[in-house]
Amino acid sequence: MDFPEALSCPVPILSHDTVQLAHGAGGKLSNEMIDKIFLPRFMNSTLEKMEDQAVLENPGGRIAFSTDTFVVDPIFFPGGDIGDLAINGTVNDIAMSGAMPKYLSVGFILEEGLPFETLHRIVLSMEKAAKLAGVQIVTGDTKVVNRGSCDKLFINTSGFGFVPDGVNISASNLEVGDKILLSGTLADHGMAVMTTREGLSFQSTVESDTAGLNHLVQDMLGVSTNIHALRDPTRGGLATTLNEFASSSVVGIQLYGDTIPVKENVRGACEILGIDPLYVANEGKLVAIVPPDVADAMLEVMHDNEHGKSATIIGEVTDRHPGIVAMQTGLGANRIVDMPVGEQLPRIC
Amino acid sequence: MCLAIPGKLLEVFDENGLKMGNIDFAGSVSKACLEYVPEIEIGQYTIVHAGFALSVLNEEEAKNSFDAWDDLIDRANAEGIEMEKLERPD
Amino acid sequence: MKYLDEFRDPIVAKKILKEIHAVTTQPWVIMEICGGQTHSIIRNGIDQVLPKEIELVHGPGCPVCVTPLEIIDRAIEIAGRPDVIFTSFGDMLRVPGSHKDLFMVRSEGGDVRTVFSPLESLKIARENPDKEVVFFAVGFETTAPGNAMAVAQAAKEGLTNFSELVSHVLVPPAMEALLSSPANRVQGYLAAGHVCTVMGWDEYDPIAKKYEVPIVITGFEPMDVLDGILHTVKQLEAGTHKVENRYTRIVEQGGNQPAQALIKDVFEIANRKWRGIGEIPVSGFKIREKYAAFDAELKFSVADIHTEEPEACISGVILQGLKKPHDCPAFGKECTPQNPLGATMVSSEGACAAYYKYQRILSD
Repeated sequence: MDFPEALSCPVPILSHDTVQLAHGAGGKLSNEMIDKIFLPRFMNSTLEKMEDQAVLENPGGRIAFSTDTFVVDPIFFPGGDIGDLAINGTVNDIAMSGAMPKYLSVGFILEEGLPFETLHRIVLSMEKAAKLAGVQIVTGDTKVVNRGSCDKLFINTSGFGFVPDGVNISASNLEVGDKILLSGTLADHGMAVMTTREGLSFQSTVESDTAGLNHLVQDMLGVSTNIHALRDPTRGGLATTLNEFASSSVVGIQLYGDTIPVKENVRGACEILGIDPLYVANEGKLVAIVPPDVADAMLEVMHDNEHGKSATIIGEVTDRHPGIVAMQTGLGANRIVDMPVGEQLPRIC
Repeated sequence: MCLAIPGKLLEVFDENGLKMGNIDFAGSVSKACLEYVPEIEIGQYTIVHAGFALSVLNEEEAKNSFDAWDDLIDRANAEGIEMEKLERPD
Repeated sequence: MKYLDEFRDPIVAKKILKEIHAVTTQPWVIMEICGGQTHSIIRNGIDQVLPKEIELVHGPGCPVCVTPLEIIDRAIEIAGRPDVIFTSFGDMLRVPGSHKDLFMVRSEGGDVRTVFSPLESLKIARENPDKEVVFFAVGFETTAPGNAMAVAQAAKEGLTNFSELVSHVLVPPAMEALLSSPANRVQGYLAAGHVCTVMGWDEYDPIAKKYEVPIVITGFEPMDVLDGILHTVKQLEAGTHKVENRYTRIVEQGGNQPAQALIKDVFEIANRKWRGIGEIPVSGFKIREKYAAFDAELKFSVADIHTEEPEACISGVILQGLKKPHDCPAFGKECTPQNPLGATMVSSEGACAAYYKYQRILSD
């Protein structure tokens, strides 16, 4: 889907070009910013009422509720920006329970002096991401802080959705023999951000994979509701997610090694900077642990979804080495894939 | 100790009086200083460490290594050593 | 990726491995000097599939591991000054000093930045004329050309706010120090391919002859490492001790002449202390007198630093190849990558970190 009308949307005319402290003071300027920047893009029947809270229908059953805060630097990077990241991040956290995300709240912390043009661009990409995911932004908040008290803008999103009956997804549900499915290539987001950072002399073609995965999850649940575990490997990468699974379920995880897909240009960036793609953040990928009898059918529907086109089976759950993730090497040896320590840094040795 | 990987020289330019180049690593392009490889030509591969090209890759020697390893393979085959493919552990 | 993937082909690697099995008749102890090779060996599980007779011991070729505590403490002291922008390769930020690391300096308000090339540090100096920009110039011979270029270029441009805190070490003196030790067990060396890219291999001939050890110049991909091991074993089995170049696509006998010329212009050979090993004569570089204005040690007078090395840490003997990481009582207990006692647990090339990361208690 494309939203050319949104992308070409001009910056609304406001009385200032940049965010002033007064835009957070609750007076006329606050209202002007809300009316001109936020409401037109996020409008729905709940938000329209402009109450201090959203009052929503409850269809009964279990609720999946999540929150996440976004402080990415740079705020614009190849393939996305802090706006679609903030929507997709919370959408995905909710979706990994098997729930269809429904409603989001958005909290902005804006640095005094932020150009409205920048804010508008980010709001447009939030609108687009929310439409693609099929979620409504039903309540929000804006604060303006002194210059230097935050870096351009921070965004918090919280949200919830409803978990279908019969779905019970948890990191502690892994069973020996389960297959491990990965929805696509690793490390796109983390390397897109890293290679954009100042000081690395990169002209990168690497693009972030930021995407909402809720429709992919629904497709997978259509094959079988018996998905044991599901997570989007963001910070810390696939290695972290799998280690969390192995330790929560007290099982071993055996990876097949040469089957983990990484795009060529992403691998090039990883090689030159000395970074292992297993430890790099993804923002549009999921890893699913499913019983062996549904793995192939699950893989097939994933291939039909644009966010699962290069999905593949990367390993399996084993009763050997409980709590440990191991990877077979090309030489037939087996090595440990441990949790990372701290952030990934470019290295020379 | 010294991470250095091969990339292909795409273009040459001057920066602050230094000969610099853009090096392609499978689609990711990084800037490197070429002062130590004055003989390099566009399209050649070079080993880059910490932003400096240190050696032009000798493509013929790379091929020689492969030929030597190929001979190993032929010998192994002749001796009937089974060269199994890698299999997934089941 | 061209010239990378071909050298990781598991099928060909297995053939070289089979050849190693075929030629090995007795126990041999081989040291890979370079931490990059240690990383490749552990990551690919090469040590798990070699013949039992072959013992690989991991050498001191990791600048992060051997940079002495005094210099780390000095870096931390300089980086904490309000007028300084301290720049470093990412590798050094987590190395523990006596009381803290460079990350902690940053969290306390120090301006500590990661760079990928020393030239980026120069750029920062140009853009911040009112700040002192210090680059942490660590490394072996491979990194010296870049670090030398930054100094020469700063001099050319008249950048008076740039300096380097130098901790440069050299491979051949360390090899000799290890070989002449009465406790030495090493019978053959894999020489570090990228060090030889810069320096060539003439320096190694006298060492091979004097100590009667084969020295095989080796690359970093699994096939390169296996090939280096194969040719070392072949020499050991045949009783020869030559310097042999098996990284021919990159390394030439004379090395990189323009790089050597600039290194010589900027640096002079000096005694250097190696963390865990101690002082080795003529084993490193320091900035020459004529570039003294760019020497951070002279520019910033640092008060006497009292270093404290944790008592439990045996990284010194590990760096000399006398013990393996799991021989250390602290390994994996008090000492982990999250809470490293010594530098060998910090660097991804450090033997302890490599063991912890890839080899801990894997029973099958």
